[in-house]
Amino acid sequence: MEWINAIIQGCLLGGLYALLAAGLSLMFGVMRIVNLAHGVLAITAAYIAWVLVQHTPIPPFATLIVVVPVMAAVGYVLQRGLLNRALDQGSLAPILVTFGLAIVITNLLQEIFTVDNRSIQIGALETDSIRISSDLAIGIFPLITFVVGIVVIVGLQLFLSRTRTGRAMRATSDDRDAAVLMGINNRQLYAIAAAIALGIVGVAGVFLGMRTQFNPGFGDVMLIFAFEAVIIGGLGSLWGTLAGGMILGVAQVVGAQAFPAYGVLFGHLVFLLVLVVRPQGLIPKAVNS
Amino acid sequence: MSTEAVKVRRSTKSSYVGLAVMGIVVVILATGPYTFMTKGTQQSMVILFTFIVLGTMWNLLAGYAGMVSIGQQAYIGLGAYGLVYLSNILGINPFVAIPIAVVISGLISIPISFLAFRLAGGYFAIGTWVIAEVVKLVITQFKVLGAGAGISLTEFPKDASTRIALIYWMSLAAVVIAVAVTYFIMRSRLGLGFTAIRDDSVAASSLGVSVTRSKRIVYVIASMGAGLGGAMIAANALRVQPDGVFSVTLTAQMIFIVVIGGMGTIEGPIIGAIVFFSLQQWLSDLGAWYLVILGVVAVIIVLFLPKGLWGLISGSGRIRLFPTGYRVMSKPSDMSLIKESS
Amino acid sequence: MSLLTVDAIDVGYGDFQALYELSAQVREGETLAIVGANGAGKSTLLKAIAGLLEPTAGSITFDGKSLSRVPAHQRVRRGISLTPEGRRIFASLTTEENLLVGAYRANPGPWNLSRIYASFPLLNDRKDRLGTNMSGGEQQMTAIARSLMSNPKLLLLDEVSLGLAPVIVSQIYAALPSITAEGTTVLVVEQDVNQAMRVADRMQCLLEGRTVLEGVPSSLSRESLAQAYFGI
Repeated sequence: MEWINAIIQGCLLGGLYALLAAGLSLMFGVMRIVNLAHGVLAITAAYIAWVLVQHTPIPPFATLIVVVPVMAAVGYVLQRGLLNRALDQGSLAPILVTFGLAIVITNLLQEIFTVDNRSIQIGALETDSIRISSDLAIGIFPLITFVVGIVVIVGLQLFLSRTRTGRAMRATSDDRDAAVLMGINNRQLYAIAAAIALGIVGVAGVFLGMRTQFNPGFGDVMLIFAFEAVIIGGLGSLWGTLAGGMILGVAQVVGAQAFPAYGVLFGHLVFLLVLVVRPQGLIPKAVNS
Repeated sequence: MSTEAVKVRRSTKSSYVGLAVMGIVVVILATGPYTFMTKGTQQSMVILFTFIVLGTMWNLLAGYAGMVSIGQQAYIGLGAYGLVYLSNILGINPFVAIPIAVVISGLISIPISFLAFRLAGGYFAIGTWVIAEVVKLVITQFKVLGAGAGISLTEFPKDASTRIALIYWMSLAAVVIAVAVTYFIMRSRLGLGFTAIRDDSVAASSLGVSVTRSKRIVYVIASMGAGLGGAMIAANALRVQPDGVFSVTLTAQMIFIVVIGGMGTIEGPIIGAIVFFSLQQWLSDLGAWYLVILGVVAVIIVLFLPKGLWGLISGSGRIRLFPTGYRVMSKPSDMSLIKESS
Repeated sequence: MSLLTVDAIDVGYGDFQALYELSAQVREGETLAIVGANGAGKSTLLKAIAGLLEPTAGSITFDGKSLSRVPAHQRVRRGISLTPEGRRIFASLTTEENLLVGAYRANPGPWNLSRIYASFPLLNDRKDRLGTNMSGGEQQMTAIARSLMSNPKLLLLDEVSLGLAPVIVSQIYAALPSITAEGTTVLVVEQDVNQAMRVADRMQCLLEGRTVLEGVPSSLSRESLAQAYFGI
């Protein structure tokens, strides 16, 4: 029974991972940038929420109202100011720039907040659960996180497939120069994509901060988990990212159940296995771009 | 149209001068322990030499072959722990153990390359980091290697002067070897292949350049170089700690060295290492701000000064101390193949 | 009234110069065909007009306003639309989505989805098909229709016949009258001189980046065209 419990917990954890990975997936899909600062930006969002909760009467969930627009603005400025320029400098530049950014932000956070663990208190919600049966329970907060993850992925998918801007993003991803001929300003478009990606990262960060203790070094770990979710699920597919997140979550929780303290390593091993056996991931993009 | 054979030269006047100067510098440095260097200076120089080796090898991987890895610390750690295992546990003379550890790093990098090469670009970068984390997790399981607490090297000569001098010479030799290997690779057909791959990998592939094999060769050599760096770090400190040798901060430092010095040139990482080494004393007093400054400077250079300091000094490649290019020595009029229209 | 004036432009790619003091004019409502062999500079000219390349000398004026330093994506709003060489259909989008992207910066005008489907019924049949799953001819038709969706004043067609069977090419050019009937000005670049002669009001032949012949098709003889085309 504890195995069923573990699997369910893993799936719900996957919702958080999917939320975390969606932004990474979007930025790569639209502008071929792998944002190595992605994880630490999620932690930054968590810190912003933490500061708000510590020093203002804003309740934890309501911090989203501040965090998401702030992170979106950061994304917009980052893309327009730094990353668009990096794209002009060749394919190595975005990797180096985002890595440098990750180092800078991690250490700034360390200077400001120290390496002490922090967390956003949500009171009873942290441990409340719904009883399914005598030995099966589902945590309410993980469930909420999972639902939010699904809503975000669905929303993003709808945005990309149904809206004018979303279509423009897919077109730019397929063929940037042809998109320019349609009147699409790709510098602007990239900035919007980055804003959306980081807005989602903001949501992920807040939920992360509510779920677990965090410190500046956590950014590395979050980047790795987001990356593993994307690769397991398959590049270019948001549903794949969701599936990948869930598989990673299950691997980690079940692995921890079997070999305590080795949950994360088990997740790594599953990731490496996917890389060996099915490198294109679960749901590979149908079209080569 | 001229029928003379077109002459192709590989070196310029500046390169002959440059190489001669380098040779003299190496000889002077080699006499250091006998003449002007205290034990403390020698140990500091080993740190500088380590930076040069690590930077040169990371540059080989990223600047020449276009593979940005943020997981080279896996091999730095393997080199360090390899030295520990071979000398402490198997009792091999540490100076013999170092080359063996380097080879072991290389051997381990081969299967890892098959994994890592499934990914490309930024995902390759993160993938190498994940692999490095896994390597670290695996190594730190072994009690015999000190597990999480670290371990001391016990088999080096007990006399400090001898030991430090021997390590110094070994490190100097490591620098010469690392730079020479990089130089000869880039002058070879492999190096030419990489220039082609960098420009257009599909075209290069269609001309028979085996892209994957070339990348694998460079990956293995770069990993051996990282292993060498790890062994140097271990020998100089006489102690290995997992968080030290497997740290991604080492990668951050390597990137900084290469970026500030100039990616894609042999001179670049040497200059970058010297700059970084000089700043280290001042920087290490600043705590976490040290890495903030490093990161900001690296980002600025990548965006605004992509050829680094060496690019600035050499007038974007006109001076080459380590020439790897080809210069066609013919007057423009001799090259005319299009008849003037009548 | 001259809609487009290209005035002695030099255009190059790095060290290589493709156009030497090239001039051209297109009057409102007319169809100008630019012909020439491979490498003559025809596509380069279209790219310069569309804004993908910036001339190093000379100027381009459209609708009375200079295009100097106007980025390519803004030229669509001004009324210029280029159907690029090689079709460049968005592979992961359906036909209909391709058309909708064409309307991203639409000007007011007669062309919209229903009008396109009426004029090109084949596209209506294929409207949910992915870009990659279409034949060359279907892709070319989609590409032209996509350009029309922005209701351009000037439509630039770059080598639409390239890689297509003659039958398909004829079908595509058969649609041209419905485009020009709306008053759209068309600049066609073609390697196929016969096809160009059939649709053009005026022709201009390029060789190695320079104009070597121009005039009304009826006034140009076979021999003079061949000489100009091949540079004999």
